[in-house]
Amino acid sequence: MTTTTALPTPARVGSGGWRTGFTGTTALLRLALRRDRVLATCWILVFVAMAAGSAAASQGVYPTQQARVRAASAINDTPAMVALYGRVFDPTSLGAVSLIKLGAFGAALVALVAIFSVVRHTRGEEEAGRLELVGAAVVGRYSALTAALLLAIGTSIVLALLTALSLVGAGLPADGALAFGLSWAGAGVAFAAIGALAAQVTESARTANGIGAAVLAVAYLLRATGDVTGVDDSTWPSWLSPIGWAQQVRPFAGDRWWVLVNLLVFAALVAAAAYALVARRDHGAGLVAARPGRAAAQPRLRSPLALAARLHRGALVGWLVGMALGGLLFGSIASQVGALADTPEAREMIRRLGGERGLTDAFLATELGILGVVVAAYGISAALRMRGEETAGRLEPVLATGVGRLRWAASHVIVALGGAALLLVTVGLGAGFAHGAATENFGEIGRVLAAALVQLPAVWVLTGITVLLVGAAPRLAVLSWAALVLFLLLGQLGSLMRLPGWMIDLSPFGHTPKLPGAELELTPLVSLTLIAAILLTVGLSAFRRRDIG
Amino acid sequence: MTTAISVSGLVKTFGPTRALDGLDLTVRSGEVHGFLGPNGSGKSTTIRVLLGLLRADAGEVRLLGGDPWTDATELHRRLAYVPGAVSLWPNLSGGEVIDLLGRLRGGLNPKRRTELLERFDLDPTKKGRAYSKGNRQKVALVAALASDVELLILDEPTSGLDPLMEAVFKDCVREEHERGRTVLLSSHILAEVESLCERVSIIRLGRTVETGTLTELRHLTRTSISAELAGVPDRLGEHPGVHDLHVEGHRVRFDVETAELDPVLRELTRVGVRGLVSQPPTLEELFLRHYEEASR
Repeated sequence: MTTTTALPTPARVGSGGWRTGFTGTTALLRLALRRDRVLATCWILVFVAMAAGSAAASQGVYPTQQARVRAASAINDTPAMVALYGRVFDPTSLGAVSLIKLGAFGAALVALVAIFSVVRHTRGEEEAGRLELVGAAVVGRYSALTAALLLAIGTSIVLALLTALSLVGAGLPADGALAFGLSWAGAGVAFAAIGALAAQVTESARTANGIGAAVLAVAYLLRATGDVTGVDDSTWPSWLSPIGWAQQVRPFAGDRWWVLVNLLVFAALVAAAAYALVARRDHGAGLVAARPGRAAAQPRLRSPLALAARLHRGALVGWLVGMALGGLLFGSIASQVGALADTPEAREMIRRLGGERGLTDAFLATELGILGVVVAAYGISAALRMRGEETAGRLEPVLATGVGRLRWAASHVIVALGGAALLLVTVGLGAGFAHGAATENFGEIGRVLAAALVQLPAVWVLTGITVLLVGAAPRLAVLSWAALVLFLLLGQLGSLMRLPGWMIDLSPFGHTPKLPGAELELTPLVSLTLIAAILLTVGLSAFRRRDIG
Repeated sequence: MTTAISVSGLVKTFGPTRALDGLDLTVRSGEVHGFLGPNGSGKSTTIRVLLGLLRADAGEVRLLGGDPWTDATELHRRLAYVPGAVSLWPNLSGGEVIDLLGRLRGGLNPKRRTELLERFDLDPTKKGRAYSKGNRQKVALVAALASDVELLILDEPTSGLDPLMEAVFKDCVREEHERGRTVLLSSHILAEVESLCERVSIIRLGRTVETGTLTELRHLTRTSISAELAGVPDRLGEHPGVHDLHVEGHRVRFDVETAELDPVLRELTRVGVRGLVSQPPTLEELFLRHYEEASR
C-alpha cells in the first residue's frame, strides 16, 4: 500500500488565517441545529427517561439499605456484571446501585451518539459535497469542525442538566445527580473529539464512524479489563479509558469531580489534533491519498453477489478484527473470574452456580450475549446498505441491466446473514481459543463456539426486521436501529422497571439459551430462525413489488 | 416499421402529485427519438417506468415487445441506460464499473470499450469518488455504448460534458443509429436534439403536447414578420393567426402561425407591401412557448 500522506503546507491559511478560519461558525451551527432538532431532542429525551426510569424504579426494588447492599454485592461479586457495567462503588448508596447499569454503559451510548453526530456534520457533509457548497460562501476552514463540536458539546451539556434534574426529581441527591449527568456529558465531549479526529483521517464518513466506534470499543474493553482484574478497586487499564474516567467520577459514591478534568483535557488534546489536520489537508481528502484502482474489473466481479461482497468487504474485515479481539479478551479473562471472588457471599454464589466452572460459564454466557447484540448491529448496518445504495442512485443502473430485483436484494441479504454468522464464528473461536489456552484445555473451543453460534437466530431476526422495513417501508428503514435499542433496553432494564413479561419477551435476545452452562434448547432457536425467515420473505417480496427510488 | 417503445395513457402518481397524467410516446425501431420537456415535467419518471423501476398506475406500456414491469430482466439485457445523475461506488474504479455493468447486462464488446475510453479521454483507473461530474457521466456512457444492445435509453446524457466531449457523444449516437439501434434521448440541449433526432416528443405536466418529425413541428411554430405597408393595416388584428401585433403608422411587426402564413400575406398585399422582412421559425421558439405555458 502506498501511503503517501497528503500533508502539504497550510498554504491558504496565511497571516490572520487562524481568526478568519472561524468565520461563519454561527451560521453553520444554526444549520446543524435546524437539521438535528428532532433527532437531538429525541435521543436526549430517551437518555433522560432511561436514567429517571431506572432511578425511580430502583426505589421500589431496593427500599432498604440491606436490599441495596445485597444487590450491589450481587454485581460486584459477579465478574461478568463488573466487566459489563463496572463496580458499585458505594453499596449503601441508592443512586450508585440504581444507576450501575447506566453508568459506563450509558456513557458509551452517549459517546457513540457524539461520534456519529460530529462525523455527520463534518466528513459526512464533505463527502456528500454539501460542505463545498457551503464552503464557497463566507465560511472559514475550521467553521464546520467547530460548529459540529459546539453542537456535540452543547447537546452533552443539555443532556447532563436534564438528566441531573430528572434524577433529582426521582428523589436522588442533587450533587450526585449532577455528577452523574456530567460523567455522561464528559464521555460525550471526549468522544466528540475522537469523532472529529477520525473525520479528518479518512475520505469516507462510514469509515470515520467505524474508527470512532472502534476506539470506543477499545476504551470499553480497557475499562472492563481494569474493573474485572481489580479486587476492590479498578486497576490501571480502567485509567487509560475515557469511559473508565466517566465511571471513576463515582456519582452518588463520593462524587470525584476532579476526574472530569481528565475527560476535558483529553477532549481538548484530541480536538487540537483534529484542528491541526484540518489546517493541513485538502478539502475532500483524507490523510491517506487515494490509490488508483484497476483499469479493468477482475473476472470474478460479474454478479450482484460479487458486487455486494466487494461493497461489504472493508466493513466486514474491520468488524472481524474487532470481534476477534473482543472474543480473545473475554475468553482470556473468563477462567480467572472465579479466583477474583473471595468474599463468603461470592463463594456461596459460585457454589450455587455450580462451582468455578459454573461461574466461568455464566461469565462467558453473559459476554457472548452482549457480543451477540453487537453482531446484530452489524447485520442491521449491512442490510441497511441496500437502502443506502437505493437512495444514492446506485441501484438504478444495476437494475437497468439484466439483474432482477430479487437477485440484487438477495445478494446483500446473503452478505448480511453470512457476515453475521462469520462474526459469531470468529467471536466463538477467539473466545474459545483464549479460554482453552488459559485453562490448557482446548476441548473448550467447541463449547464456546457453540455458545457463540446460538446467538445467530436472534441476530438474524434483527436482520429480518431491517429487510422487512427496507422492502415494505423504505423511508422508515433506520427504525431498525430503534428496534435494536428497544430490545437491548428491554433486556437490560425490563425486569428492573417491572415491565409485563410479554413486553420483555418481545426481545429475541431474551429467548437465546444461555450457553455455555445452560441447557441447549432447540425450540427457541428454531422459532427465532423461522421468524427471521418469515420477515426476510415478506420484506423481499414487498421489495419486488414497490417503486424504486 | 416496428415500434420499440409504445406508451399510451400512462399515469403515475406519487401521493397527491400526478407526475404522469395520460402520457403517450411512440418510438419506432431504428430511430433517434428526442424526448423534451421542462424540469419536472415527467421525463425521468417516464424513463423509470420504461425500466420497470416504477410501476404504472394506469395506461399501456410496451418496450421491445414486452411488459417493462413483468419482463424487466429479459428486456434489460437488450437495452442500455444512462441516468441523468450518475452516482458511482466510491471505492470502485471507473473501469471496474464499466466492466461490471456490461457483464451484468450479459456482455461487453472489449474492442469498443477500449475505443470509447480513448475517444472520451477517460482514465479508467480512478476511483468513483475521485471523478468529476462530467467524468462520472462518461463512465456511464462508455458502459452503455460499449454493449451490443438494441435500445439505448439516455436521460440527459450530456449534462456536465464539455463541448468537445459533447461532439464525441453526438458522433457516437450517429454511429449507433447507422448500426440500426434505437435511441431514446431525453435532453434539454436543442442543438443536440436538432442535429440527432428525427422525431421528437415534447411533454409538459406529465402529458405529451407535441410529437412528430422536426419538419412537422416547425409547421407549428410562428414566423416573425416586419413590413412597411402602403396603407393602414386595419384588419390584421382580427386575424386569428396573428400574435403580438405592433402597428406604428404604416409599419407593422407581428408573429404569425406558420399554417396561417398564406391568408395573412394576402391581407398584407391587399394593403400594399413596400418592404418586408421575415424570420424563419426556430425550434427554440417552439420549446420556449411550451415551456412558458408550463410555468404559467
